[in-house]
Amino acid sequence: MNVADSAPAMNNLIGSDADSQRTLYPYVTGTSVVGIKYKDGILLAADMGDYLACHDSGSYGSTLRYKTVERMKSVGKHSIIGASGEISDFQEIMRYLDELILYDNMWDDGNSFGPKEVHNYLTRVMYNRRNKFNPLWNSLVLGGVKNGQKYLGTVNMIGVHYEDNHVATGFGNHLSRPILRDEWHENLTFEEGVKLLEKCMRVLLYRDRSAVNKLQIAKITEEGVTISQPYSLKTFWNFAAFQNPTVGAEGSW
Amino acid sequence: MGGFSFDLCKRNEMLVQKGLKQPSFLKTGTTIVGLIFRDGVILGADTRATEGPIVADKNCEKIHYMAPNIYCCGAGTAADTEAVTDMVSSQLKLHRYHTGRESKVVTALTHLKSHLFSYQGHVQAALVLGGVDMTGPHLHTIYPHGSTDTLPFATMGSGSLAAMSVFESKYREGMSRDEGIKLVAEAISSGIFNDLGSGSNVDICVITKGKREYLRNYLLPNPRMYISEKGYSFSKKTEVLFTKITPLREVVEVIEVGDAMEE
Repeated sequence: MNVADSAPAMNNLIGSDADSQRTLYPYVTGTSVVGIKYKDGILLAADMGDYLACHDSGSYGSTLRYKTVERMKSVGKHSIIGASGEISDFQEIMRYLDELILYDNMWDDGNSFGPKEVHNYLTRVMYNRRNKFNPLWNSLVLGGVKNGQKYLGTVNMIGVHYEDNHVATGFGNHLSRPILRDEWHENLTFEEGVKLLEKCMRVLLYRDRSAVNKLQIAKITEEGVTISQPYSLKTFWNFAAFQNPTVGAEGSW
Repeated sequence: MGGFSFDLCKRNEMLVQKGLKQPSFLKTGTTIVGLIFRDGVILGADTRATEGPIVADKNCEKIHYMAPNIYCCGAGTAADTEAVTDMVSSQLKLHRYHTGRESKVVTALTHLKSHLFSYQGHVQAALVLGGVDMTGPHLHTIYPHGSTDTLPFATMGSGSLAAMSVFESKYREGMSRDEGIKLVAEAISSGIFNDLGSGSNVDICVITKGKREYLRNYLLPNPRMYISEKGYSFSKKTEVLFTKITPLREVVEVIEVGDAMEE
């Protein structure tokens, strides 16, 4: 009787030597991205913090490691991508996208991939990786304008994808989408759009423990892409109840 | 004496391992909120009680009475929130008789947190406790394990993030009664429409010095929209051949006779 035999019924895909080849947990992660359509195009917002994540053996807990990570990048002439989740996988996705755009340019046929095409490509990539039990551990926001048509979509690590007038990843879904559902409307001006995004990012800053107060706003219109310089939001901490919370109840908290 | 007997927990675990399907709890999925405004405290809650994916009660009451000047919203297991608030409410009444004074919010707070702590989180009640007593308006959150917070505005339950995003963007200190009610209704509505565990109607309770207003079903944003115009018809009824009515109680005539009853 050979005791050393491992369970032969298990598929190779979930076998122990395949483990080292697939993503088990994210390591360096970014938090929510929020995106909205406005009058002239798309606006995206994301903060610049990256955390070393806690995993099973808990070696890092949750350390803020990088504070100048750009989680939003332009893709081709018509699109912009924002990513949350594992940053190394985002960098890999950027390599795939750069290759995609390069091949598109090489056709030199006057056509260029718009946001819809890029979103579809990303969806296929994410879904196929998920089916091989080796996902790219990201939630992505893809937005852009082509020939006057605005487009805003999202796709995540399991391949769930959809488009809408406003999208968010991670915590943004719980904290920002309710605000956007209430206050977004067609034909927001640029200033209104930025104000709305800042409102969302401020709530995230208060209530998402992995948010940092250093964010960028990215804008894409028919003319092109602009990504703002990083800046901080004003916050308010002077509620009376915070000053002296246990007045009238000494010893409690 | 006191403390929880954990003897049956091991036995339950063993049964689950052997394949027993544990009965599910009736939970109040829930959005509950509270805020402090100029003259006191406003509490708000949705009215949906869920049993897994099913809505068990479309219009339940989640704002519980604790004392004439103190109310408590409850999220988590419905039985736990109901039982624990009832129990502390009784204790507060006895305490009022004993001291001859109006109850203080911190008294309710201390009773609730000691009870929940001694059950080590097994009593799954997450509460928003608010009231106005002689020391002023107070608002607290109480977690199932027994920790508490003192806050100017608070949300609990599965819809707490949706409600909190409304509070974090719109709350100001020193709001008037109408502004406060409007904000609470907005926060609960945010929970109702963005969280699947919350739904139906908005309940509100306004507590000020010496007065409280329980506004049950303050908002009904989910009316039954589509009612069949055709109505309902049932197939031909059973034919009635013969009718006889026998009253269950004898109709008795009382005749006053003689003297009044002697002592």
